[in-house]
Amino acid sequence: MGLESHLGDNILTTTLDTLVNWARKSSLWPMPFGLACCAIEMMAAVAPRYDLARFGAEVFRFSPRQSDLMIVAGTLTYKMASVARRIYDQMPEPKWVIAMGACAISGGVFNTYSVVQGLDQVIPVDVYLPGCPPRPEALIHAIMEIQKKIEKESVLNKITVNPGDKLKTEGTVLKVPNTDFNI
Amino acid sequence: MDNETIASLVKNNFPEAVTGSEIFRNELTLIVKKEYIPEIARFLKENKELDFDFLSDLCGVDRVETDGVFEVVYHLYSIYKNHRVRLKSPITSNDPCISTVTGIWNTANWHEREAYDMYGIKFDGHPDLRKILTPDDFEGHPLRKDYPVDGRQPATLREIYRKDEA
Repeated sequence: MGLESHLGDNILTTTLDTLVNWARKSSLWPMPFGLACCAIEMMAAVAPRYDLARFGAEVFRFSPRQSDLMIVAGTLTYKMASVARRIYDQMPEPKWVIAMGACAISGGVFNTYSVVQGLDQVIPVDVYLPGCPPRPEALIHAIMEIQKKIEKESVLNKITVNPGDKLKTEGTVLKVPNTDFNI
Repeated sequence: MDNETIASLVKNNFPEAVTGSEIFRNELTLIVKKEYIPEIARFLKENKELDFDFLSDLCGVDRVETDGVFEVVYHLYSIYKNHRVRLKSPITSNDPCISTVTGIWNTANWHEREAYDMYGIKFDGHPDLRKILTPDDFEGHPLRKDYPVDGRQPATLREIYRKDEA
């Protein structure tokens, strides 16, 4: 395809982190968790006009076991919160989460008895995407922010813990504070 | 059939049941005593002239603060005759219960479950009177005026996520 003629028979050296992170960020497989009108914009982002495939993230999988990016798009109610948590738990590591829209970030205008006031009360969130609803370009921007985040990660050191977990390091027990999700 | 004819037909057949009627913007509303609801509902459906074969909505209303009652509202439509009627039935707030109409219109099943969930109105004779919208461990009836708007029940969330929290 032309690249071979420039490089010839050669060896490229790089770090493991760079290679693995490049592979991960270039083929995000989103798990669409559409709850409201934000999901319509999410669908538009995958459609030909905005074409999320340009960023390697077009393979929407409706199975959490085959995805690594959860996009929670819309109003999260208390009744749906346990479902969101279960789907997140079923996704294999490494995994990332986008809270899409004002409702997923903070409950939005729905300051009522039935609406969870922010997705981060239930699962850890990597990127908060504001808007009501955000335009498809904004979702693409959020995914590119996730890609930037992936680039900076280290393959060996990433440990994900849940609040309240107890970690043992050489005899001392550390308790994870309830607000932090990653160490 | 026009509104006046429908109103007089129902009133003549159930003189004791109908306590009031109103026509506002060409929509007929009949106030009905709750004891007569099953009879009147069956009459409205089975009378050949009226033929109300479609229950388009059934809902509850909280009027406890102003009138001391809950209200159950039935919106009826006749597909063949193309006419409508609205029934309102006030029920006492200390023991809100009313007969079911699931035997007359099957669609009332979920509507009555919703009214039960949101207002705590019990529908006697309902085949499956369970909550339909709120989570299983939710206590209270959120559309009642004395339920706080932001009356979240975060016990649900803690169960999902923070059970091990000391």
